Amino acid sequence: MRQKVTLTGNEAVALAMKQLNPDVVAAYPITPATEIVQIFSTYVNDGLVDTEFVTVESEHSAMSATVAAASAGARAMTATSANGLALMWEIVYIAASNRLPIVMPLVNRALSGPINIHCDHSDAMGVRDSGWIQLWSENSQEVYDNTIQALRIAEHPEIQLPVMVCMDGFIISHAMENLEILPDQAVRDFIGEYKPQKTLFDLENPVTAGPLALTDSYFEFKRSQAEAMIQAKPHILEVAREFAQTLGHEYGLFETYKLNDAEVGIVVLGSTAGTAKVVVDKLRAQGVKAGLLKPRVYRPFPAEELVQALGHLKALAVMDRADSFNAFAGPVFTDIAAAMYGSGFETKLINYIYGLGGRDVGLDDIEKVYKHLTRIADTGEVDKRLNYLGVRE
Amino acid sequence: MANLRELSQQESFITSGHRMCAGCIAPVVARMVSMAAKDRNVVIANATGCLEVATTIYPYTAWKCSWIHNAFENAAATISGVEAAYKSLKRQGKIKDDYKFIAFGGDGGTYDIGIQALSGAVERGHDLVYVCYDNGAYMNTGIQRSGATPKFADTTTSPAGDVVPGKTQWRKDLTAIMAAHNIPYAAQASPGHWNDFISKAKKAIDVNGSAFINAFAPCPRGWRYNTSDGIEICRLAVDTCVWPLYEVVDGEWKVTYKPRKKRPVADFLKAQGRFRHLTPEMIQEYQDRVDRDWEALLKRSGEA
Repeated sequence: MRQKVTLTGNEAVALAMKQLNPDVVAAYPITPATEIVQIFSTYVNDGLVDTEFVTVESEHSAMSATVAAASAGARAMTATSANGLALMWEIVYIAASNRLPIVMPLVNRALSGPINIHCDHSDAMGVRDSGWIQLWSENSQEVYDNTIQALRIAEHPEIQLPVMVCMDGFIISHAMENLEILPDQAVRDFIGEYKPQKTLFDLENPVTAGPLALTDSYFEFKRSQAEAMIQAKPHILEVAREFAQTLGHEYGLFETYKLNDAEVGIVVLGSTAGTAKVVVDKLRAQGVKAGLLKPRVYRPFPAEELVQALGHLKALAVMDRADSFNAFAGPVFTDIAAAMYGSGFETKLINYIYGLGGRDVGLDDIEKVYKHLTRIADTGEVDKRLNYLGVRE
Repeated sequence: MANLRELSQQESFITSGHRMCAGCIAPVVARMVSMAAKDRNVVIANATGCLEVATTIYPYTAWKCSWIHNAFENAAATISGVEAAYKSLKRQGKIKDDYKFIAFGGDGGTYDIGIQALSGAVERGHDLVYVCYDNGAYMNTGIQRSGATPKFADTTTSPAGDVVPGKTQWRKDLTAIMAAHNIPYAAQASPGHWNDFISKAKKAIDVNGSAFINAFAPCPRGWRYNTSDGIEICRLAVDTCVWPLYEVVDGEWKVTYKPRKKRPVADFLKAQGRFRHLTPEMIQEYQDRVDRDWEALLKRSGEA
């Protein structure tokens, strides 16, 4: 039932959205995500979807209308990048707090300033603790697969949280790749009919959505929201197993590459993982025991599983395509270092900030990181925790 | 139109027992809109503000219909999203009943922080009625000046000081701004003229497309009047032409109430503590401005 096609990441997402056939899409143009809704609007105007397409006047209104449509009982989606996400920020939190199963493709782009349209992860990292599930993708295939799974994850009765599907701006969004897709009907069978828990269109059961919660109730709302995220992992894996039966593509919380017997390894999100795998192969051929781990599910953060997968390494570099500007380390490093603490493992950890504003990351750059790790593995000493890759200093 | 006794017995989508202040006119605005919508199923969106916080303190609600609050500046975007969901689900045969969509926002949430979302929503032409309950300042946060605050008003961020006598700017003409969007219906109303108010709200609800009502809504805390005088202040604003009643139907401007004899603006100003510091010169300046605006409105309506 699979079909082979050649698409850019944006085209793959737009196609997935067409197959998901959301009731409402509210969106605003922003590079590099624009194409997604541009392509989607042709599906709307050609009558290929049932969607009401709301061409809002800003991303703030895009997320506001999406939240409202989801509250009303509709399947609702939007898509954005960088500053668009930053403008949505207030409502991004409300979407999660109100437990709305919204799916949002996020085409990762550097946040201003200076203004820059190219890839980094500062947009997604800014909202990593907003209560959204975050799925990350290495290529168009993963973007397509993740977008379809995202809807099932978001609507899972035990989860009921919004899901952000991240892909690297331009590197994935605008690059043509071969991928396998499902027929429309197979996607519709996979996601099933949506039965919202509550709607605004039930005259017998009117709803007051978004009330004021004071000191005697706010904390309970937040605690139950936290619990949904804590309980989400097995359900995300359940959806992945079911998805594997359609296209045969298997997904976990993260992907490992030649990691089991590795002595040095890196953790890297998104498209750079593809580059790093080539470097791992080259180093392996030279006898270096190099490995790699690519997170897929970054929120919820799979701390225990990551520690078990990484703890045997002598030295580990966590790659961050976003800076925290905290004079300590990037966001992914901070999470992994916190997870490793108290685990009993003695892996030496370093952090590399790389690729900001679309700065190209080549094989040589990644090889430098592994060389640094090899030195640390040999000496047992971390010379420098916070490092910057490929920048003029 | 029903008489007052009949209206008072009508069931409303907002209950009594909400926690708005005594003498506040915002819930009167909501109730009058409810009277106009009595034969309709409605979903309401509410901007953050007095009306929202005081009517939905969890686990209580004063709303008998479905109601949604999202944030401060996005009531118009929120009602757009609900209306879009309705259109889509209705088209797919997943909803059987017919609905109308109403948004309430205060002047802070409408004139200022919410104007972009409102402008966008009506430009897109969603089937909605946006009702601004204009109490002329950020009352929910403690009476700070807004784009709707009248000149000279003493607010907590435009205090009447020794050098600066309250707010130094004239208010924004939001009703005209909304009319300039070429929506099918825009109107200015005051609950003191309940018949005029309810018939405007009814017209707005009956419109297929975007409608806007700017509703005068005195605030006893911010304006400093006795809690029993709210409706009297509403009438004074209309009779002095500080708040003229008019509507713009498909681009046609029409004054819906002309005071037989214009009362001096001073009568309106002197009824409120926020204007207590005004000198005769300031009152005259205010009078001149109101006269100018009233003449302009008459001209626009083909009456002068």
